[in-house]
Amino acid sequence: MDITFKNVTYIYQRNSPFEHKAVDGLSFHIPSGSFVAIIGHTGSGKSTLIQHLNGLTAPSEGEVHIGDFKLTNEEKPKNMKELRSRVGVVFQYPEHQLFEETIAKDIAFGPENFGVDQKEIERRTKEVIRQVHLPEELLDRSPFDLSGGQKRRVAIAGVLAIQPEVLVLDEPTAGLDPRGQKEIMDMFYELHQQEGLTTILVTHSMEDALKYADHILILNKGKKFMEGTAVDVFSQREALQSVQLDVPEVVEFLIKFEKKIGKQIPFHNQSMKELAEEIRQVVKGVDEHE
Amino acid sequence: MNNSLIIGQYVPGNSLIHRLDPRTKITIIFFFVFIVFFANNVLSYGILVAFALTAMLTSKVPVRFIMKGLTPVWFLIIFTFILHLFVTKEGTVVFELGIFKFYSGGIIQGFAISIRFFLLILVTSLLTLTTTPIEITDGIEDMLHPLKRFKFPVHELALMMSISLRFIPTLMQETDKISKAQASRGVDFRTGPLKERVKAVVPLLVPLFISAFKRAEELAMAMEARGYQGGDNRTKLRELKVTKLDIMGYLIFILVVAILFLTRTYG
Amino acid sequence: MRRELIEFRNVSFRYDEQSPWVLKDLSFTIYEGEFVAIIGHNGSGKSTIAKLVNGLLFPQEGEILINGIIVNEETIWDIRREVGMVFQNPDNQFVGATVQDDVAFGMENRGIPREEMVKRIEETLQAVQMSDYRLTEPHRLSGGQKQRVAIASVLAISPKVLILDEATAMLDPKGRKEIMGTVSELSEQRGLSLITITHDLAEVVQAERVIVMNQGEIWEEATPREIFSKRNELRDIGLDVPFVAILAEGLKQVDLKLTKEPLNQEELLEELWILHSKT
Repeated sequence: MDITFKNVTYIYQRNSPFEHKAVDGLSFHIPSGSFVAIIGHTGSGKSTLIQHLNGLTAPSEGEVHIGDFKLTNEEKPKNMKELRSRVGVVFQYPEHQLFEETIAKDIAFGPENFGVDQKEIERRTKEVIRQVHLPEELLDRSPFDLSGGQKRRVAIAGVLAIQPEVLVLDEPTAGLDPRGQKEIMDMFYELHQQEGLTTILVTHSMEDALKYADHILILNKGKKFMEGTAVDVFSQREALQSVQLDVPEVVEFLIKFEKKIGKQIPFHNQSMKELAEEIRQVVKGVDEHE
Repeated sequence: MNNSLIIGQYVPGNSLIHRLDPRTKITIIFFFVFIVFFANNVLSYGILVAFALTAMLTSKVPVRFIMKGLTPVWFLIIFTFILHLFVTKEGTVVFELGIFKFYSGGIIQGFAISIRFFLLILVTSLLTLTTTPIEITDGIEDMLHPLKRFKFPVHELALMMSISLRFIPTLMQETDKISKAQASRGVDFRTGPLKERVKAVVPLLVPLFISAFKRAEELAMAMEARGYQGGDNRTKLRELKVTKLDIMGYLIFILVVAILFLTRTYG
Repeated sequence: MRRELIEFRNVSFRYDEQSPWVLKDLSFTIYEGEFVAIIGHNGSGKSTIAKLVNGLLFPQEGEILINGIIVNEETIWDIRREVGMVFQNPDNQFVGATVQDDVAFGMENRGIPREEMVKRIEETLQAVQMSDYRLTEPHRLSGGQKQRVAIASVLAISPKVLILDEATAMLDPKGRKEIMGTVSELSEQRGLSLITITHDLAEVVQAERVIVMNQGEIWEEATPREIFSKRNELRDIGLDVPFVAILAEGLKQVDLKLTKEPLNQEELLEELWILHSKT
């Protein structure tokens, strides 16, 4: 499903002393099957944006198109449930939404609400528990006996069991340790690759955006600040710093390298091995264009 | 992410009413509630209305905002008015409508009761509009202080109140987040038969309780780490001070009471 | 020779008899004015250490000494005067109705006179750059701001040691940077001992010493530089390796000889610059 925002504005508490624009004239397009990272500070409008993607919020102005679904201020799709079954959202700290007695029941909760039949639910439960790399034996246990990282996987499995076409991830790695972070992100990337899931990742991590996303959208104070591929976006370090956003460490290093050594190594999302080789050539004075 | 609901609807400000000691405000309102029932003619009602409206204007809280806050109460006021219209059969018949006869006494009674009602609501909401919940807590704690002698846990009660108040916005945010997460998993909180909607609350309440327990546990640990050992030997940063302003407030109120008793009809 | 401030002597801890040991026969010493980082993956036992230091938990075996005093039921209130803690969740340690009330809370508990409180509130809020928020309510603050208030409230009781128990884990990168900046400045100015407990290797660079925890035991105790050189071993115990360390490894593989393990980008660039000017 393609996602299009046309001039979307969202105003909180309109006509009150607390009125403020969380999203302001936002337009962008996400083609089906892509992996997009949305970056911005806390309060940049990211969370509000996400809530438009499955109709939790309707725009105050402008239009949101998700596949054939259209959301405007006047018009909400009648089949909201169908929209929500096709756009799965993994909220921040998703383990906070667990409530059932067993893991199997919690995973089944979403599909049941969307009217999936029992046999299919059982099949999906087994499939998703494997996708989140948890053993099937856990299914009859209580989700509250698990470690923090495992709880998060169960919650994610609960969203995957809905079998959405679009997967929205709101800082899915917050609070995990480095190994947990990497495992979760690799898992989502695998799903994106294998199942062709359109993936929208909201993150603070420039490193993750660089590593996984093929398109990056940067928000600042509710407005689109920048958009493009990792190379497009991260080569504009000064612009990013003007809104107090970092660049990935490798980009920072290349800029400092140029200042210190006086020779430029362009950023092209190179691997660490390629980078080491490029540095060696510059440092040892080997002509790159031989 | 701005919080929509401010408990007690406190409107920040620095008006004379805002600056009154919470104890002064609580005391005056307490007695106001009683004296409202002593008014019994146009003039005495007029004095109370004038007092309440002056207080309202002095508070500088936008009138529109106060009236909006009174919306649910308007219904009650109008209802009592109509009730009196139909039930009270005193005085002369003013007009007839089919089989119903409306008496002058009914109209007057209806008005009187509605005005009392309106005054009570207006004055009490002025307290919450101009006083932060924590100030009210401080005021109540101080006023209950004498009860300490009878082993009444005044300090603990006040601390519990202030912590609850402090966590209301946090829990509201949390409720919002969890209900959105569950809505994304297909829960419909708004439509469907009542039974279904009641069932829909479970996926919201269970996580809320779990998180509240976790917060309570962590908070208790943090408080202990910060040296909290109960109310004994504690000093306090917040202190309440009676100023000239408060004395003036009391004097004005006493004056109003005096005039009220002078103008009301006796016998 | 610096004075010993915190001493763990063969400490073992578990939550109850059925559960496995969280800490096993742990011994280490932290000195006055020292900046130590304790690092480990989630569940390595690192946060339990903080709670033991403060007497929020007591060990089943071994003993813990703070400033020469053994931590037990009788001494905890004195010990909590010396040990200030900032926890992970910014919301669940904010007691006061406003910023200044929260900073006051610890002082109120210790019966500090009001005039002194007012003075210290002013001073500590300034130290963490939160003076403008004295009367702000907690739900109007960001996570990073709440944590800075938590630091101010600890400073207000002037402890000997400040423990940050994963205090940055729930913050965004900006909040994290602010906290680390505030903290290292404070420890320098005030001669405060500092213990940061974290799983983020980027946060240990400034520490004098790093204690790496794994499965309830000390896996390694060394300077950040020595720790950074153990890339593969770190990955094995679930930790991340910083960018500079990975790049240094890459450079080694293409035969660029570095004289020492670089701790940050500046050190690495310095070496590259020397290598470059030689050719």
